Amino acid sequence: MTEHIVSPKIYAVIFLALMVGTFLTVFAAGRDFGRMNVVIALGIATIKATLVILFFMHGKYSSRRTKLVIVSGFFWLAIMLGLTIADYSTRHAEPSRSQLNESTTSSLMRS
Amino acid sequence: MHRTGELYGQFQTLDQQKETATLGMWVFLVTEILFFGGLFLAYTINRHAFSTAFGIGGNMLDLTLGAANTVVLILSSLTMAMAVWSATTSKKSLVTIFLILTLALGGVFLGVKVVEYKQKFDHHLIPGHNFDISYCVKNPSPVCGTPAELATEEKEIEEGLKVDPDLNAHAQLYFSLYFGMTGLHALHMVIGAGLLLWLIVQSAKGRFDANYNTPVENIGLYWHFVDIVWIYLFPLLYLINRHLG
Repeated sequence: MTEHIVSPKIYAVIFLALMVGTFLTVFAAGRDFGRMNVVIALGIATIKATLVILFFMHGKYSSRRTKLVIVSGFFWLAIMLGLTIADYSTRHAEPSRSQLNESTTSSLMRS
Repeated sequence: MHRTGELYGQFQTLDQQKETATLGMWVFLVTEILFFGGLFLAYTINRHAFSTAFGIGGNMLDLTLGAANTVVLILSSLTMAMAVWSATTSKKSLVTIFLILTLALGGVFLGVKVVEYKQKFDHHLIPGHNFDISYCVKNPSPVCGTPAELATEEKEIEEGLKVDPDLNAHAQLYFSLYFGMTGLHALHMVIGAGLLLWLIVQSAKGRFDANYNTPVENIGLYWHFVDIVWIYLFPLLYLINRHLG
């Protein structure tokens, strides 16, 4: 077999890094960084997830084809999240038909 | 029973056969990323729209239990990775030991989750007819927490109602997403536990070694994926805006 065997030493280091990440994220949550709260929390989570994928899940040692599949998953996720959030954040709530009628009637009554 | 480690007709080499299995598992995990992704998307949009109610909801979760569970789950990922390592280095009895450890840690995680769900039940935070974000403030008891905790909660709800008059409904939305997301995650854990049980039986029969360990590896990939979902759920549900409390 040509597969790469990851040594327990690397697993131990990754585990410690994940523990440090968990501690940091709980620690940071106790402080107020304003709008950065979400960014810090998700930033640490993403670093932890990347470590799990690369080492525990052997992503770093897998074939290019497998790597492509892994990346494609997050690519599609980014499309789903990105485009939907872009839509929600730029679309202005349009008044419903009944609200429109109401405002037309009231403006007519005013005039 | 399948003979193990044998080369099937459609493959040319064992390496190719194994690579195919890994690739197939990842394709499944990609669908899982998008499956959970939809819930994460729903959560993000609603969190943005009702940040006050979601902040208050998040503060009602038990941070200690959540953080402890994060440690337990990451530890179980380590033991799972070690089970895969033991299999690829043909340490047959170690495989079984590490798989049992992983299953036990998974059980601890689910046990803590049961304690948390029970708390939410006692606090009337299960979405439905009896949902009441102010239940504990109105009916203070030791089950609800210390008087100091309840005082902070009362102040938070009072402040929250000024910003969001529909606080109760929006907090209920938060808890619907909380139970939906952690429930789906817990379901994955239960399925994972079933798979581990099967692996343990197979491993005890000495089926896994350097030549054949695909099931250990692929169920390992699944287990790590479930860990990753929790790595995101924990900060999103428990931590953001925690300082407000």
